[in-house]
Amino acid sequence: MAEKGVKVFGMWASPMAIRVEWALRLKGVDYEYIDEDLANKSDALLRYNPVTKKVPVLVHDGKPIAESTVIVEYVDEAWKDGYPIMPADPYERAQARFWARFAEDKCNAALYPVFTTTGDTQSEVVREAQRCLKTLETALEGKKFFGGDAVGYLDLVVGWYAHWLPVVEEASGATVVTDEELPLLKAWFDRFLAIDVVRATLPDRDRLLALNKARREQLLAA
Amino acid sequence: MAGGDELKLLGTWASPFALRVKLALGFKGLSYEDVEEDLKNKSDLLLSSNPVHKKVPVLIHNGKPVCESQIIVQYIDEAFAGTGPALLPSDPYERAIARFWAAYVDDKLLASWLQSFRGKTEEEKAEGLKQTLMAVENMEAAFKECSKGKPFFGGDSVGYLDVTLGALVSWMHAGEELYGFRLFDEARSPCLNAWVERFGALDVAKAVLPDAGKLVEYAKMRQAEAAAAAASNN
Repeated sequence: MAEKGVKVFGMWASPMAIRVEWALRLKGVDYEYIDEDLANKSDALLRYNPVTKKVPVLVHDGKPIAESTVIVEYVDEAWKDGYPIMPADPYERAQARFWARFAEDKCNAALYPVFTTTGDTQSEVVREAQRCLKTLETALEGKKFFGGDAVGYLDLVVGWYAHWLPVVEEASGATVVTDEELPLLKAWFDRFLAIDVVRATLPDRDRLLALNKARREQLLAA
Repeated sequence: MAGGDELKLLGTWASPFALRVKLALGFKGLSYEDVEEDLKNKSDLLLSSNPVHKKVPVLIHNGKPVCESQIIVQYIDEAFAGTGPALLPSDPYERAIARFWAAYVDDKLLASWLQSFRGKTEEEKAEGLKQTLMAVENMEAAFKECSKGKPFFGGDSVGYLDVTLGALVSWMHAGEELYGFRLFDEARSPCLNAWVERFGALDVAKAVLPDAGKLVEYAKMRQAEAAAAAASNN
């Protein structure tokens, strides 16, 4: 019998996996969520994604798709009559994809060192991360969300910052997103976290903080 | 082509990323102004069109810039949906597979291949080579999965993934001459080996693929420049 339904292979603390959940929830699609232990990956995950072996993986009626941004676009196209995730205009779509790529390649790379450094080095990397986020913030100018009046693709791709960055800041003893430096982004954090489907799936903050504190200790000790 | 569409491509002759755009425009049958940038002396137009990265390629459509080669190719496919063949398949699942492998080409295949000869230490280069061989194996399987026995990743005619990977063909030939390593050799990857020749023989490809010999000269010149800069810094 053909496999039916939607499965998401993820990990509770993964920002990439949560994008997929947000996308499915915006579309009102029911799914089974399988939480993976990344140190002990399930046979099913390895079978569905033998190439990169990573989460998230979406399995739709038995057919697997990997790479969170690819999955989000797929969800938008497979359930095309539901909530519109990608902008309708090709130029706007190109802009959304551009900024998503920028955030993933540049901002994430600029943020990681905040987590792994201390003292003066950390202050320097914080400034670098802020510069990067300020560039991203230009995509928010004059709008409630990156997607305009309602959340869209880019909000889903960078939305994890709203919940994760304050936790990373607390674990690292640094502040990156402030009202002075990044007012638009900070305001957007609040608006994004107020969205029903977002609130419904966020990982427990205390648990996330404990995980990040432990990880930072481990990295600094190495 | 729709009336009043002005297309300008800012690129360089040696850039495989700019080449992706030329290939896409070629396969769609779209005419454009091809602007050759001097990367050592970037034009005001380039700097204002791509202020974030200041890189080529940039496609300027009726004055509006689009950046990042894969994003540009998807834009061309969407903005000119009525012109020429579609590059991405129409089925959402097949589109996702094409996008997955296109991302893989840049993030894994190209990244590890570059590391295999640009790595700073012998260990780095060896690791790069190991990753490259794994990536080639995966791409060979991807070709079988996507082509389903047909000549191209896109099936009977070229698609998004053919354009994404095809833009590297001249550099594959140049790389073989420079480093003695054929990326898609017959023993390891017979399907891709045949695909390289097949792709390169297409009229659209022949019109825009740079000459591998010229790329070899260019690479040697760049290596000499880098060596001279390193020497003068010591």
